[in-house]
Amino acid sequence: MREMWPQAPGIAAWGLMTGVAMVKSGMSVFESLAMTLLVFAGSSQLAAIPLLVAGAPMWVILATGFCVNLRFVVFSLHLRPYLIHLPRWERMAHGYLTADLSYVLFTRRYPKPAADAEGRRAQEAYLAGNCFVNWGSWMVPSIVGVALANFIPTRWGLGFAGILCLVGILCSLASTRLRIVSAAVAGAVAVATWALPLKLNIVVAIAAAVLLCLGLEKLRPATQEARP
Amino acid sequence: MTAGTTDLWTLAVIVGLAVVTVVARSFFFISSKPWSLPHWAQRGLQYAPIAALSAVVLPEVVMVQGQLVGTWADARLFAAAAGALAYFWRRDVLLTILVGMAVYLPLHLGWGW
Repeated sequence: MREMWPQAPGIAAWGLMTGVAMVKSGMSVFESLAMTLLVFAGSSQLAAIPLLVAGAPMWVILATGFCVNLRFVVFSLHLRPYLIHLPRWERMAHGYLTADLSYVLFTRRYPKPAADAEGRRAQEAYLAGNCFVNWGSWMVPSIVGVALANFIPTRWGLGFAGILCLVGILCSLASTRLRIVSAAVAGAVAVATWALPLKLNIVVAIAAAVLLCLGLEKLRPATQEARP
Repeated sequence: MTAGTTDLWTLAVIVGLAVVTVVARSFFFISSKPWSLPHWAQRGLQYAPIAALSAVVLPEVVMVQGQLVGTWADARLFAAAAGALAYFWRRDVLLTILVGMAVYLPLHLGWGW
């Protein structure tokens, strides 16, 4: 938990912005609170907001949310040996509560899964405490953001902070040349096919970018592995 | 969706997104049987997240009502560019938001861009 505290202000600011962005986009206070408390994933919340407002079909929003959250799938593969001894519902609960920073700090502190019961308990305690701080420093500011948003005029366009947040995350993912290609292709395709009904331009853009990058990879098999 | 009212469809989407969060975050330990993703899917993991973000973000920055912005006088363009530069300068998402908004608000409110 001690290691988590220094991270709290950053998470808090992000949570605050997400809270404001949700209400500013035209979601009701109740909807915003429900989203904060249940979804607990800043980037997928922020990505879902414009789609929700545009009235995209549910599967498009969920697919987009899943794609944005794919990094967690990679994390879960890494965390599996640490947690697989627990009963399923406990594993799922741990997984649900382990966000980016909890994962980074946990795997930095424990490079290897514990071999004995005591070590396992210590690791579990560390992860749980860590996630608790993370959860709190996300939830409280989000709720404050939702509350404050009602006092800020819409004309200010503060919802744009959510988009800027996504811009930052986007830049943080641009770690290899092919990923930059992927972003450029997806962005261009999404703009070009904007007229498609039901926000399908998002789905078409993701598919086009991924297929093209997999194709480029085939052409140049000597690309180095990069993990987020 | 109308502003400020709660509707069931939105709530259903929210619950769906919550399920997506749980599934994504515990993907490989839902079942205790050892298994792994097919190779192409593992490769695809490299590119899908950034593609999804870009597909959502870019139209939000360069389009108005489904049209490309026809003018340079749009605060969003400069704010997004400044935010991106800020990120690469200090590798900090929080700074991206702060710098981006510091560019956006004066242009948007001051000049009405």
